[in-house]
Amino acid sequence: MQHQVSPIANIKDVTYSYNNSNPCYFVLNSISFSVNEGDLLGIIGPNGAGKSTLFRCMLGLIEDYSGYITLFDYDVRKYKNILQKVGYISQRRSIEENFPATVQEVVSLGIIGKRKWDSLSKYKEKINSAIEIVELTEYKNRRIGELSGGQQQRVLIAKSIVNDPMLLILDEPTTSVDQQTQDKFYALIEKLNHDKKISIIWASHDLNAVHKMANKVACINRNMFFHGDTSEFFENQELLKMYSESAMQAHMQSHLSSKG
Amino acid sequence: MIFEILQYGFMQRALISGVAVAITCSAIGLFLVLRQQSLFADGLSHMAFGGIAIGLFTNLYPIWTALIVSILAALGITRLRESTKMPPDSAIAVLLSTGLAIGVILIGLAGGFTLDLYSFLFGSILLISIQDQETILLASAVILSILYFFYQKLIYVTFDEEQAKVSGINVSRLNYLFVILASISVIVSVRLVGVLLISSLIVIPNITAIMFGKGFKKTALISLSIAVLSVLLGVIISYIMNLAPGGTIVITSVTAYLVAMTTKYFKKKIVMWNGVARSSRTIR
Repeated sequence: MQHQVSPIANIKDVTYSYNNSNPCYFVLNSISFSVNEGDLLGIIGPNGAGKSTLFRCMLGLIEDYSGYITLFDYDVRKYKNILQKVGYISQRRSIEENFPATVQEVVSLGIIGKRKWDSLSKYKEKINSAIEIVELTEYKNRRIGELSGGQQQRVLIAKSIVNDPMLLILDEPTTSVDQQTQDKFYALIEKLNHDKKISIIWASHDLNAVHKMANKVACINRNMFFHGDTSEFFENQELLKMYSESAMQAHMQSHLSSKG
Repeated sequence: MIFEILQYGFMQRALISGVAVAITCSAIGLFLVLRQQSLFADGLSHMAFGGIAIGLFTNLYPIWTALIVSILAALGITRLRESTKMPPDSAIAVLLSTGLAIGVILIGLAGGFTLDLYSFLFGSILLISIQDQETILLASAVILSILYFFYQKLIYVTFDEEQAKVSGINVSRLNYLFVILASISVIVSVRLVGVLLISSLIVIPNITAIMFGKGFKKTALISLSIAVLSVLLGVIISYIMNLAPGGTIVITSVTAYLVAMTTKYFKKKIVMWNGVARSSRTIR
């Protein structure tokens, strides 16, 4: 008899609108997919497809959606503690150059959810090991604001993995970083997935990287386009054509709206 | 000379209370400066001005009325910011003008400035009573203990509110707690440096420390040292030169800031010159 493994993340019929009940304004419309242990799921979709909103729902930052989301079989809206098993990196934002915290101090913030009253010094080894994984040991006493954009993202990864998460959610972490930094970042994602056995949900615009690294793909553009094996998606010309058309349409829309 | 100064009871009280307030203000101020809410203390102190005017007008103890008005205003503004996503500087503008408006109306009704109101505006550190000193020490101890307890969480929220929320921190509750602590700090400090100068004690030591501090803890310690030194030197200079202590405290901390900025500027220039000299030697 085959052993049934329950998914670590289950998203079922999630529908959300910021301020309108008209289906035309839905940011997410009946989105469903699941993530199993060990998966590296690439979420692709054009700008404005609702990827970040979906993550915000998954992380309990948005609660008034319909449908349900469970992480490790728990509804995030009711059991916020379950988020201690989750690491999250939002879209790249600039960190104030003057922010005085060192790399080590920023990474230590990742421990906070876990510890109650005990001292942070107990976790020093864990913190240093997370910094080592992202290859920033020589920078650990530098201010985070002094590092390059790519290095700052690696610090944030270290902060997310220091708490030994079972699931990592990455929201377009490599936007506006150079190719070399992107490559380093992709290598790190693979290392975390393969060596540290962390399941990863990763939103990206880089179809090549998703094709190469992810074992599952979810394609969304407010609606659910596809969810399944990576090879199935990339071998299906019809799906690829639909994706590129919707991406083009979204690009045109954002271009027109930016022109007012 | 210093020993002579220290013999006076009023000077001892001024220095002890001043040091307590300097430590509290610099600790609260670091978070305010990094959240880009440097003027929040200014807004609170102007609200306190309104509260003090209410106290003096109604014959109630002005510190208590100021405390109640400031805390309520700070909580109200935080709630408003949360629900309407109002930018922090607009929220501060609302606080500032409301407090001042209340004060001005009540001063008009009372027939002009009283000596008490004047001393709250510009501070009267040399007039601190034993009771005032006890209140300041107790309030500082409570504020610093709570800050120490929530220190890591406050850093996280200051660094990234959204990530802090995801890690399980109740960000909203922590923000409310923080503005209450900031209000209490401002009120206990107002007696010393006055409504108009309080925000400088909160902001200047921190922007100076941020230039040099490597790490949050070190920056907090540098800021604390600058604040304490400014108060000690400011009070002593004011006594020797017969100047207003509130002013000398602020001018001392501004001087520390200017010295730090100049040092940093020349340090950067020297590093650049050395770099140019090295590269020209390599070319030759």
